[in-house]
Amino acid sequence: MAEQTDPAPALRLDGVRRSFRVGRRTVVALDGITAAAAHGAVTGLIGPDGAGKTTLMRLIAGLLRADAGRIEVLGLDVGRDPLSVQARLGYMPQRFGLYEDLSVRENLDLYADLQGVAAADRPARYRELLHMTGLGPFTGRIAGRLSGGMKQKLGLACTLVHPPDLLLLDEPTVGVDPVSRRELWQIIDHLTRSAHMTVLFSTAYLDEAERCQSVLLIHEGRLLGHGDPGGFTAEMAGRSFFAAAEGVGRRRVQAVLAAAPGVVDAVIQGRAVRVVTAAPAGPGSPAPDPARLAPDLPGLTITPTKPRFEDSFVARLQAHAGASAPAAAGVPAAAGRGAAEDVIVVDRLTRRFGSFVAVNDVSFRVARGEIFGLLGANGAGKSTTFRMLCGLLPASEGTLRVAGFDLRRAAARARGRIGYMAQKFSLYGDLSVRQNLRFFAAAYRLTGARQRTRLAWAENEFDLAAVGEATARDLPLGFKQRLALACALMHEPDILFLDEPTSGVDPLARREFWRRINALADAGVTVLVTTHFMEEAEYCDRLVIMAQGAVLTAGTPDAIKGAARTPGHPDPTMEDAFIAVIEAADAAAQAAA
Amino acid sequence: MSGSFGRVRGLLRKESLQIWRDPSALAIAFLLPAVLLLIFGYGVSLDATDVPIALVVQRPDALTASVTGKFAHSPYFRPRRFLTIQAAEAAMTARQVQAIVWLPSDFARRAQSHGNAPIGVILNGVDANDARLIEGYVQQVWANWLAARAQDAGKPPPLALSVQPQIRFNPAVSSRDYLVPGLIAVIMTLTGALLTALVIAREWERGTMEALMVTRVTVREILLAKLVPYFVLGMGGMAGSVAIAVFLFGVPLEGSVWVLTAAAALFMLASLGMGLVISSFARSQFVAGQIAIIATFLPAFLLSGFVFDINSMPRAVRIVTHVVAARYFVAILQSVFLAGNVWSVILPNAAALAAMAAVFLGLARAIARKRLD
Repeated sequence: MAEQTDPAPALRLDGVRRSFRVGRRTVVALDGITAAAAHGAVTGLIGPDGAGKTTLMRLIAGLLRADAGRIEVLGLDVGRDPLSVQARLGYMPQRFGLYEDLSVRENLDLYADLQGVAAADRPARYRELLHMTGLGPFTGRIAGRLSGGMKQKLGLACTLVHPPDLLLLDEPTVGVDPVSRRELWQIIDHLTRSAHMTVLFSTAYLDEAERCQSVLLIHEGRLLGHGDPGGFTAEMAGRSFFAAAEGVGRRRVQAVLAAAPGVVDAVIQGRAVRVVTAAPAGPGSPAPDPARLAPDLPGLTITPTKPRFEDSFVARLQAHAGASAPAAAGVPAAAGRGAAEDVIVVDRLTRRFGSFVAVNDVSFRVARGEIFGLLGANGAGKSTTFRMLCGLLPASEGTLRVAGFDLRRAAARARGRIGYMAQKFSLYGDLSVRQNLRFFAAAYRLTGARQRTRLAWAENEFDLAAVGEATARDLPLGFKQRLALACALMHEPDILFLDEPTSGVDPLARREFWRRINALADAGVTVLVTTHFMEEAEYCDRLVIMAQGAVLTAGTPDAIKGAARTPGHPDPTMEDAFIAVIEAADAAAQAAA
Repeated sequence: MSGSFGRVRGLLRKESLQIWRDPSALAIAFLLPAVLLLIFGYGVSLDATDVPIALVVQRPDALTASVTGKFAHSPYFRPRRFLTIQAAEAAMTARQVQAIVWLPSDFARRAQSHGNAPIGVILNGVDANDARLIEGYVQQVWANWLAARAQDAGKPPPLALSVQPQIRFNPAVSSRDYLVPGLIAVIMTLTGALLTALVIAREWERGTMEALMVTRVTVREILLAKLVPYFVLGMGGMAGSVAIAVFLFGVPLEGSVWVLTAAAALFMLASLGMGLVISSFARSQFVAGQIAIIATFLPAFLLSGFVFDINSMPRAVRIVTHVVAARYFVAILQSVFLAGNVWSVILPNAAALAAMAAVFLGLARAIARKRLD
């Protein structure tokens, strides 16, 4: 085929720069990106939110013009001839570009008309696409009534009606359940392998890097690394380990190791702590000496493990951030209370909206000082459960007790004990950092000396003094997250609710955030967190997996992963476990039907 | 270009399906006009009828009874009797009556001795227009009474000159017949500019515009596919409004339906052009709605001459009205409905509408880019 003999890459970026004006400031979204993507392969565009991924996608699609530099798609200059490039491109924007009031079939027809697919070719093409996406039985359904995963596949089918030479997918897996995510990857592998399509796939999920043939790692508009994902992990050889200490809590092990010299990264994974060192252990010894690494942790065992892509990203970011890496957060003031009574009791909770059951017979208990997770895809019922726990939405059935208060009767008093950090942080974008803090302090009725003490505490504890006058909207995501947490903790709550707290935040900010959460839990604060991030579930003491409003399984991360262990799959990840649970539930539902 | 034809056909089909399935578009095109017409047709009227007035008769007798009888039988008034002027003034302060007609205690005596007697009239001048209308009506009733009395006495009417008003172009002198045609311009502005700007902003908000732009479709095709369905919708709304005006309110349609349709088509194009221009920089439905209402709907309401006469506006405002497309259409509408095909009115206004349509559509085409920046 022509592609294989053609030495020119499918996509070539040469010194691409682009900035935007935001109010009076100029924000540099892309700062001189030079890279290439090969024919017939999946190239991953990987980076946290705000790294510049979407801007780069739009530049390649000819929807934006570069300030400087040159973009060549299939040998054509995008800046000079966007229409010819667009004729050979398929582009799926973040919300899939679907008309939600049109049916599956009508969406396909529209894109077939727009892409100029001849009427005679359509039946065969539709059959192939519907088979590939599994949408065959739903052609008459209105797109707005499809699940997130099905919308994503329909969006993909629409961009593939006329097979493009280059397929651009902008964060297609955000908020989509792991089963759909795996199916999407199967489709993409099929497209590149059998149809020799070139795919550029952007994502904030670092684990997806390993499925790409090549990755472009971007952070704050700069290219941090470029190449085969195996190469990224190979340079981490001999630097990744699991550490555990008999009789010492994993959070303490993590806190000690994170501060140990020569350690780049330490995160909780199941019962153990995953440690990445700055350099391999040295010749002859597979692992660093526990006594030297952490002298005050008796019984510390360190076993080598396979490096993963995230290790490399964190190591690079750390090198980038240099000495300014955030220091370990101190323990916020909150008195530890002894007995492990249940602070949150949810019993047979149900919530209906008309005939739709958003939350179906959910029960769980959370003890004081525990970090408890609700894991599930968008639409699983996590946020609805959360709103009921905050007393923002009445339950249709069941009982809810938070901090000893029945939410049916004493919602306001229960709320006084809760700190709540909403998705997207719900800050006042036009107010300064200091004004936001003061507003939340006043909203929690802190006055006089106490307000002053808490404001000083917040600025000090979260390193916000330097940005005190900055407008909240203009803060980097990591700072916004810190500010939102400071606001939620203003009134020293016993219980902290976190709704998707770290989605899209870069891995360093996420680590720093969890360091604080761990310290809070150790001080006796009970933490309830919703997430669709499989990674984040590992940080919880216990969690439930939710789908379609119901709890499918509950337990510690290790127990949930352990249940998915099979002879063929001895070391399942949280995602594998999640998929296994969902598939088992589907099978049970089918057997019952 | 068969490819282009296929693309436009696909977009048109999509747009029609969306209009059909989304109740809000149909509501703006058909329900809103009906509601506005009903409010204006039944509720708002610039005529004064059944005005509550106070009649103060200090010494009732047969003579005063014939005066109060005239007021009671007038379609314009709903009189209430008061015994003292103080009580009547209190009622006026409380806005229970709009005017006071006062027959003083010496009314009968002066009428007998002088053959003429003064009556006192006090008007509530808060609404100057209403006050002037009521004053006219009171004088009319009073003149009638004097004439009747003179006739009874076998004398000529006391007025040397009696006015015989002759009213042309709106023989019923009904403000409804004058308001309802003008309202059609306002309604068509809503479908043309507001609806078009909203549906395009919706495509930006939902991210579908971004997906469209990366296909082979051209800007001209996207604009055309938005223009045609909303043109049809707007003309449909116009036809519905005309039907309500003629059949429900009995507004006469003196001129030709074809002239009306042709003028409406020109106005619709100008209105759609404004909607497309707005949509090229307003990318959220909220902003698009705000701009469309401030830049098109309010001027069509206030500056088109539909309610407020352009000739009595200050010079500066009068100049501004020249860029309001609705102004030309209102002129044509009022002429076609109430006066007939008056070409000296229709042709210059139609030419102005055609020019404005060309300018706005040309501008929309010139500033639309197949890019996000």
